[in-house]
This record gives sequence, structure tokens and C-alpha cells, in this order.
Amino acid sequence: MARHVVATVGEIAPGSCKIVTVRGREIGVFNVKDEYYALINRCPHEGADLCLGPVMPRFEADRVGDYKLTHHGEMLRCPWHGWEFDIKTGQSWCHPDSVKARSYPVEVVPGEALAKGPFVAETVPVIVDQNYIVLDV
Amino acid sequence: MNVTVADRRPDTASQSKLGIVDCDVHPYMKSPADLDPYLSERWRQHRQEIGARTRGPFAAAPNFPRMSPGTGMRHDAWPKNGGHPGSDLALMREQLLDPFDVAYGLMMPLLGRGGDERNVEFGAALAHAANQWEAEVWCDAEPRLKAGIQITTEYTEAAIKEIELRAGDRRFTHVMVPPRGLEPLGRRRYWKILEACAANGFSIALHLGGTSGHPSTGGGWPSYYHEEHPSYPQSKEALLTSLVVEGVFEHIPNLRIALVEGGFAWIPSLCWRLDKHYKRLKAEVPHLKMLPSEYVRQNIWVTTQPIEEPEKPEDLLATCEWIGWDRIMFSTDYPHWDQDDPRYAFKVPLPEKEKRMIFRDNAMAFYGLNA
Repeated sequence: MARHVVATVGEIAPGSCKIVTVRGREIGVFNVKDEYYALINRCPHEGADLCLGPVMPRFEADRVGDYKLTHHGEMLRCPWHGWEFDIKTGQSWCHPDSVKARSYPVEVVPGEALAKGPFVAETVPVIVDQNYIVLDV
Repeated sequence: MNVTVADRRPDTASQSKLGIVDCDVHPYMKSPADLDPYLSERWRQHRQEIGARTRGPFAAAPNFPRMSPGTGMRHDAWPKNGGHPGSDLALMREQLLDPFDVAYGLMMPLLGRGGDERNVEFGAALAHAANQWEAEVWCDAEPRLKAGIQITTEYTEAAIKEIELRAGDRRFTHVMVPPRGLEPLGRRRYWKILEACAANGFSIALHLGGTSGHPSTGGGWPSYYHEEHPSYPQSKEALLTSLVVEGVFEHIPNLRIALVEGGFAWIPSLCWRLDKHYKRLKAEVPHLKMLPSEYVRQNIWVTTQPIEEPEKPEDLLATCEWIGWDRIMFSTDYPHWDQDDPRYAFKVPLPEKEKRMIFRDNAMAFYGLNA
């Protein structure tokens, strides 16, 4: 495991995603209401580019005819077969116990702290008075 | 419940170092006007001023709700320069033909809707135009793609004329007989068309789609897409039963039919049931000289997508065994949302020999691609 600087704070708008390649793996870094999460860009079902799918709310119905939208902006729907994953955990909505998209720890680190290392700055130049998104891969 | 398949190694046919054959590829038009160059002035004008009159309930929407936009397209298959998924050859090469080393892609165009048209002369003109468009716009630009011949089954003479016109043209490999006609396909009103397919050396692809005006399930119209999707195998069961019981395969023993986009795991149980009843009801159908399952084994092939995903993935191997490994042909259904990826479609590793049969050899033989 190494820590990789993959983006600046502000670069990824809330509700959107930046796809980065770290150690040969494509990973989608999501901004969910200014908190950051990372998932592998590969659906565990048939290998689609998972992170290219739309970010959705979760549709729930406690009983027939009673619908509600929850988890706004927290669900990712695969662009192929529509499997849905919780962006915060990578867990599948249909099979939370058995199907999971690999997730990676993300944190926001000030440039000042980054200067001390050890970090792998991918293609993101680090300056001291900026905050960075750091991925543990 | 399906089991997780996360992080397993891709299971590829390319271990064989041979290209695969994809038995279900959908080209689309950029605009309905794409067919205009292939329509006569009379029908061009008809299309523009009067338009389609299909047997379905709606002129411009499917019978049931699907994901939008595009009524059920793979989300990442929309060309960046605009247009419908499947309308851009470069993107089709990039997403399908090149990465999966597709030696041949069998095109199943779902456009023009000639087979659904109530005005059968217009339907025949649309089918002819779609065939010409397929050959010139797709096959001539990309020889890996093979064309399906569209026909309208409610206008026998025009259908036979169209089949005969394409005979000997190597761009065309199969006749796309609409699976949802006014009557079940085994009825005698369709026999002349089926005879023409066999007589001109064409295999038949029965690709799900079209509308007859009848409800899509035996129990009536469904409310949900989740309810509609399982009607695909249901309609295939009805087709297959009709073809067998009406005696089509006794009448045309060399008819070769592929059931496309209906899955396949239902075939063994249907055959068991048909065989069981044959023993009791034989007097009603004395024209059948073999068990129903023997006709199926003789005349029917299936494509894999949308593949069944049993709870124990290895159960699919037994299912393939029951149907016959030589009858199963791989298909993606690109660019639809429920398409299968050749590396992951089978959730259980296939033996090398059978893998080559399913991903290549069976389709090469069925569609005459070796010649």
C-alpha cells in the first residue's frame, strides 16, 4: 500500500467522479456532498467501467405502493446491467453480503503535510497552500 | 440468489487464439431518413407524410416501459459525436469488434419495423430498404459484419422475393423471421416462407422483438419491465412448440433455426414436457414421426444472451449438456443494456473444447462462415 495524490480539492465537483489510474488500476474518486470515496472502475458482475454509470438516489419501498428516495447521490448504477452500489462502501444494493466493488480509503490532506511525505504524487503537482485528495492503494 | 463473481479472472475464448463469433449485434440508424435512399419515391413520401402503422398499441414507444434514454441501451454506448448506440461503426469496433477479437458479428437489425407494419406493401418496402442499408452501410464498410434479411411474414410473395434476391450474396447469412406474428410461426400460412429460407440455403434467426398486437405474455400485458423481460423465453417456448407440433420440421427437415435473445436453460424442461405429452397425445398429431425433443435436437440452435445465472454456476454445464454443446452459440446483444461480455458471461469455466464450440465453431457452421 502506498498513498497517492490524485486530485486537488475543488477539482471534483459534488456528485461527480474523477477516474485515475493508480498502480495499473483504474479507480473512480467520487465527491459525495464534499466527502470523498473511491471505487475500482470495474463492475464485479461482468467487468464494465462501473464508475462511468450515473450517480443515483436509492429507491426504497417498505411495502407495496409506498415508495421513497433515500441516500441521495450515494448510489452508483453500472452502465451495463444496472447493478447498484453504495459509493461509500462499494456494497451491492441487491446482495450487500456477497457482492462488493472494491473500495479504497481516501483522505483530504493539506499540501503542507504532503510536503513531508511519504507520498506518491501521480500527475498532481503539490503546492503548500492547497488541499489534496489522497488515495491509499 | 446469484453468487458473487467479483475479482475472478476473465474467462476468455482468446485462449484459443481464434476470433469469436458474436451471434447478436445490433446496428442502428442515425436517423429514420437513413432508409430514404433505399426506398422508392412512392414509399419515401409515404414514410414522411403518413408514417408507420404497426400492430402494437403505440406508434412511437415500446409496449412497456424501459430505461431511458434509448429504450434500454448500454449506458456507455452513446457515441460522443451524437447519434444512437450502435449507429457508429468506429465505436462498435472500439467497444466490441476489436477488444473481443470478433471474427464475425451477425447483425440483427431492429429497425425499419417492416415486419410490424400493417400496410404490408410498405412493410415489404421497408424490409427491402433496411436490407440494402445493412449491406451497403455496414457489410461493405466492415466485412466482419454479416447481414440478416428482414422480411414481412404477412406478405408471403414479397418475403419470398426478398429472400431469393439475397440468395448467393455472401453479405447475407440469415433470414430474420419476426417471432411475433399474427399467428404462431408453425401455422401453414408461413410454410412457404420457411421453405424459401431452407431452399435458398439460409439459416433463420428468430430474434426476439416486434409486436403482433397480442399481449407479450400468455397471462396478459405485464406492468413492469422486470415482468416483461422473462416473457422473452415464454414467447420462444410458444414458437418452438408451434414449430414442432404443427409438423414444420417433418415438412422441412433441413430447416435450421436459431433462437436469439431468449436464453436457453428453459429448453430441457420444455422438451421433457413435450415428450411426456407425445406419449399420451400421439393420436392427435400422427404427423410427428419423432419425439418433439428429437426435432428440437435436429433443427434448433440457441444463442446465449441473456444468459441464465443459476445460483450454483456449475449447474449451467449440465444444462448445456442436456441441450447439446454443438447447439449453443455465444452472443453479446451489443449495444443493449443487458448485453453479455464474452469474458464474464459464463460464471463457470468451460472446458476448452466446448468453449471453442460455443464461442466460434458452432456459429461458423450454422451460418456457413467457413465456406
